[in-house]
Parts: sequence; C-alpha cells; structure tokens
Amino acid sequence: MNASAQKAVARSSASEVKDITLVEAVNMALAWEMAHDESVVVLGEDIATNGGVFRATVGLKERFGYKRVMDTPLAENLIAGATIGMAVQGLKPVAEFQFMGFIYAGMEQMVSHAARMRNRTRGRLHCPLVYRAPFGGGIHAPEHHSESTEALFAHVPGLRVVIPSSPQRAYGLLLAAIRNPDPVVFLEPKRIYRAVTQSVTDNGDALPLDTCFTLREGDDVTLISWGASIMETLQAADKLTEQGISAEVIDVATVSPLDRETLLCSVAKTGRAVIVHEACRSGGVGAEIAASIAEAAFLDLQAPVVRVTGYDTIMPYYRNEQAYLPQVDDIVEAVEQVIAL
Amino acid sequence: MRQRHEFHVDSTRYLDDHGKPLGELPPQAEQTERTLAAYRNMVLTRAFDTKTIALQRTGKCGTYPSVLGHEVIGTAIGQSLASTDVFVPYYRDQATHILRGVSLTELLLYWGGDERGSAWKHCPEDLPISVPIATQCCHAVGVASAFRIRGEARAVVCCVGDGGTSKGDFLESINLAGAWHLPVVFVVINNQWAISTPRTVQSSAETIAQKAIGAGLPGHVVDGNDYFAVTETMDQALARAHGGKGASVIEAVTYRLGDHTTADDATRYRSAEELKKAWERDGLKRLQNYLHNTGLWDPEQEKRLQSECKEAVDRAVEAYLATEPEPPTAMVDYLFETVPMALQAQRERIADKYRARTGQGGAA
Repeated sequence: MNASAQKAVARSSASEVKDITLVEAVNMALAWEMAHDESVVVLGEDIATNGGVFRATVGLKERFGYKRVMDTPLAENLIAGATIGMAVQGLKPVAEFQFMGFIYAGMEQMVSHAARMRNRTRGRLHCPLVYRAPFGGGIHAPEHHSESTEALFAHVPGLRVVIPSSPQRAYGLLLAAIRNPDPVVFLEPKRIYRAVTQSVTDNGDALPLDTCFTLREGDDVTLISWGASIMETLQAADKLTEQGISAEVIDVATVSPLDRETLLCSVAKTGRAVIVHEACRSGGVGAEIAASIAEAAFLDLQAPVVRVTGYDTIMPYYRNEQAYLPQVDDIVEAVEQVIAL
Repeated sequence: MRQRHEFHVDSTRYLDDHGKPLGELPPQAEQTERTLAAYRNMVLTRAFDTKTIALQRTGKCGTYPSVLGHEVIGTAIGQSLASTDVFVPYYRDQATHILRGVSLTELLLYWGGDERGSAWKHCPEDLPISVPIATQCCHAVGVASAFRIRGEARAVVCCVGDGGTSKGDFLESINLAGAWHLPVVFVVINNQWAISTPRTVQSSAETIAQKAIGAGLPGHVVDGNDYFAVTETMDQALARAHGGKGASVIEAVTYRLGDHTTADDATRYRSAEELKKAWERDGLKRLQNYLHNTGLWDPEQEKRLQSECKEAVDRAVEAYLATEPEPPTAMVDYLFETVPMALQAQRERIADKYRARTGQGGAA
C-alpha cells in the first residue's frame, strides 16, 4: 500500500457515525473500500472531476487519484467491456452507468461475457466487478431516465442483481458487492437518493447478499418489495396498522439470486402476500416471486398472491409518472382485498 | 484552404508470392531458429485444422471455424508476444493459441462442446475464445488499463476480423486505447469475408488500418501471408507498447481459404477462380519456398515434420475422444464462486437425474 493510501486508511478508520443519505452512503462505501483495497478502481462518465451527475463519486479522484478514478469516453458498451478486462486481471472495478436508460449498450458485455467468464473458463478467470446504475422514476427526469428494468438482468444466469432501499443497506450491500468475486449489477433507486437520512457507521461492515431483509414483522400479510417502493410499502404498513392489520415488510434487496426461504417462511406465517414493484408487471421479478410462492407455499395461502406494480406500458413522461408508479393507497387497497378473502 | 493535418498508412511486404525476397529482408529474417519454429507451427496448425474438419464431418466434433489462410498471422503474433503479455483472441486464432501453450486437446474440447477446453493451464491470463464479434476488443483495453494502473510493462494483443471493425466495440476500444495511451496492439485479420459479406460491403474506407487514425493511433497494413512482414510489424508494435509509447492497429491482409465454419458453404457466394488465386498467395507455401530456396529446409525434413505433426494431432484427438464429459452438475458449479442457495434445489435435480441415468454420483 502506498503512503497516500495509508493516510486514507488512517483517515477512515475512525468508524465515524454519520447521518447521511442513500447517495452519500454509496460514496462512503466506495471511499472505504478504495482506502482499504488498492485493487478497487472506479470508472464511468463524468465520475472523476465532476464527481458523477448524482455526486456519488464526489471527492474520490482527489483522494485516490486519477489512475484509480477514471473518466471514460462516452461509450457504455466500452465501459461494460473494459470493466471485464480489468476484473479478469484481478482489479475490482466499479463502473457507473449514468442512468439505467443508458445501460443497454453495455448489456451484450454483461450477458455474453461478465456473467459467463467464470463458467466458460471453468474458474480460470472470473469477474469481481460491480456495475452501478441509478434507476427508477419519480424525479421529473427526461425521457429514458425513469425506467426500472431490473428483471432484464435478473433473468441472466451469472449476474447478481442487488438493490438497496436505505442508506444503511446501500453502504453495507455496496461493500458486499465490491467484495463479491462475481459480477454484481447494483441498482440505486434515485427517487430515494436524498429522500431520507439515516445514521450509518463507517466501519467497513458489509451486509449479506442473496438475503432478504425483514424490515417489519407482522402476522396478517407479507408485503414484499425492493428499491424506492419500500418507502410506499412501509407507509402502507403504517396505515394498515391503524386499521388493525399487521403487515410484515420484506425488502428483497438481492432480486437475483432470490432468497426464497425468507419469503416462504413469512408467507407460511401470514398466509397472504402482496408484491410491490415499480417495474412493469408481466415477466417482472414479482412474477417470479409469485410463482415461487404458488409452487412451494400453496397450502399456506389464504388468498391469491397479488401484485401492485407499474403497468405493461412505456413509463410516461413526468407529468404522468405518478399515475404509473404504485401509490400507498394502491398497496393498502390490495391488502384489503386479500384480507377480505 | 490549407491542409491542417496529413496522415499516412504504411504497407509492408518482403516476399513475393513464390517466397522470393522483393528486396532487403528485415533483421528478423536472420533469426533462423525462429523462422523454422514458425514454419513448424504453421504446418502443425494446418494439420490440426484438416483433422478437426474431418472430425466434424464424421460427427465427432461440433461446428468448427477453419484457420486455413491465417497460419502466418497467428504464428507471427504468438512468437512476438512475451509470455507475460496477454492475448485476447477472437475465434480463428488456433496458430497463436498453440504457441501460447494451449493444447490441441483443449482446442478440440472447446469446439467439441466441453467448457474445460478454455481452462488453459499454460497461459492462465489469456482471454478465452470470443465468439460475439469484436466484443473482445473492450476486454483488451480493460486488461491494458490494469497494466497501466499497476505500472506494469506488459502488453496486450487483440485479434478481430475485418467484419468486426464495423462494430462499435472495435471503434470504441481503439478510441480508448488512444485516449488512455494503452499498451495494446489490435490486429485486424482481414480475410476479405465476414461469412458471406465481402470486405467492400463492410466499409468504403480504402484500408481498415486508416480507422486507427481517427483514434489517434498509427495504422499499418501488412501482407498477412508474408511471415517476415507480419513478424517485423508485430515486433515493432509490441516494442512500442512495452516501451510505454501506446497502442497501434495492424491490418494483416490475407484470404479465408476455407468456409466460414463447417456449417457454411462458401461456394454459394464466392467464385472458384477467386479462391484459386488466393491459394497462389498462400503464406505457408510461400515460407516453405523461401526456406527451400535458402537451403534451410529440404524434402526429408518436410517429410519428418509432416509425420510429427500428424502424430501430435492424432495423440490430441485420442485424448479428446477419451475424455469423459463432465458430470452435468458442472453447469451450476462454475456459475458463481459458490453455488447460491437459490440454485441448490436445481443442482440436486440435475444430480438425481444424472444418478438415475448412469448410476454415478454427480454431486462431487
């Protein structure tokens, strides 16, 4: 480790507790890991000098230098592929895609190479990389900036798809994603980038991947969600409490591979499940969860599994985006429906 | 109006179609052992190619892309690369793989439907064969970036076909190689045909090498059937990369003497006459003529080499055919470092079905 990296470690070893937003937690996790592991590098468009359009990488270039914090030419396919080349060399690159709407040019690299490298070389080469992208609607963004297409990636064997829904989970899950020896698509719900602050301890503790987080325990119904929709789901759970309905709230967090066990245990207890996601409905991750519950917990169910989701249409421009996004009342209504059965 | 910049593209050729020097040869021509080793590798590669096509025709190998016409380029690349460099191939680089230490059995396993064919033991950092066109160019600049980040004086050679230069992957990668001053050599193997699409349909650019200029890199055209020309150009480009002087693009011009793959029939789209003319420029024969003319090779040595190559190929085929398939649970075992909980039940199902069919355990 060079002198400046040692200094950085010294600076960040104090285990500071800070009230921070989700996007600040992303920045804090990147800084922690770069300070403690020289093989971690970050790259993307406008991420170095500008610190990223959402400021997720602000300060990293100043602290770790341009060699490890790289502004790339404007070419997403190249970013996805060059990241693979760095990763097979033993670096742990974290590439930022400015918006999920621009990630598709990189999908061939993700699907045909990142996801397959370990398998097709029988473990000779592997890709310890992270593809980060802000995703989802609700911030009055221009066209192509509001979609939630996590299901496209969740369908690809060999990719992990991880979505944080709070500052604490953003910090812990991003650390876990960087340390994971396989490719992780890390999707950051930008609607809640700055929605809330939470106290996060900057101590380098990662959270487990492939694991759902039970945010609230309850007996009558299981509410299953991830990403920004967790906010509405928790608010719905509050409203339901007022009506005397006790809702368990689960943040799926890793949408692939799925932690079915936690979901099935919860449904076995409550007998009812409502799945909430922003992405369009058909072929979504919610469909996979509903099918898993139907296959493995049918006899535990007291009502059909219900989904509250975006519609099977193109995300409208922002004047109508709230009409597309699942609202608190939609969730409450769905729960009332399954409780009534 | 005044001219702001002037660009040029070099072109190199030393031997005529019959192996006669057109003028003074480069210093590499004095490295007799290297030249003889190159010739041996070309003959071995061609023997391997002929046999593998025969295996495919008799149902003992999957679809296979013949390397016929690429032996000179691939051999020169393999010789110029240092063992510590990284090779990033496309899918017609058999001649280079052999020099990098990939065994003939491994190559057969890959084309014969077995993932272990890419678990190369002797060149563990080389990228595996890349079928999606030009995608490997992006990996090459990533590997070269890793060298730059760590301050290592290593280089990368990346191969791509003439068709691949139409893809963004190639253009984006040479652009980054220029912008970041990366130690990488792109070798465009221009064999005139992208399956049935001729070079003229790919681009109206007079040369492919000139695409390098737009990326701020030097571009060279080299006769890909001229061993000395390719060798000298590769040595120079790699010296430049190793010396921190940046990337280059080499367009090595040859002709795909075989079908695109064993699933293709090139008589549907190109004339017998064109093919006959291309055979007259065959680089292997050209080097053989040169060696005969200069007294470095005789019919007796040729006979011995042919029989050695046949034996080596036969041994590899025997080992390939004797290799049992992996238990099917392997399809899950290498997906991630450890099998996730979500996949355990599917893995058990695969193992159970395998046990029921064979009486063998597949869960080792």
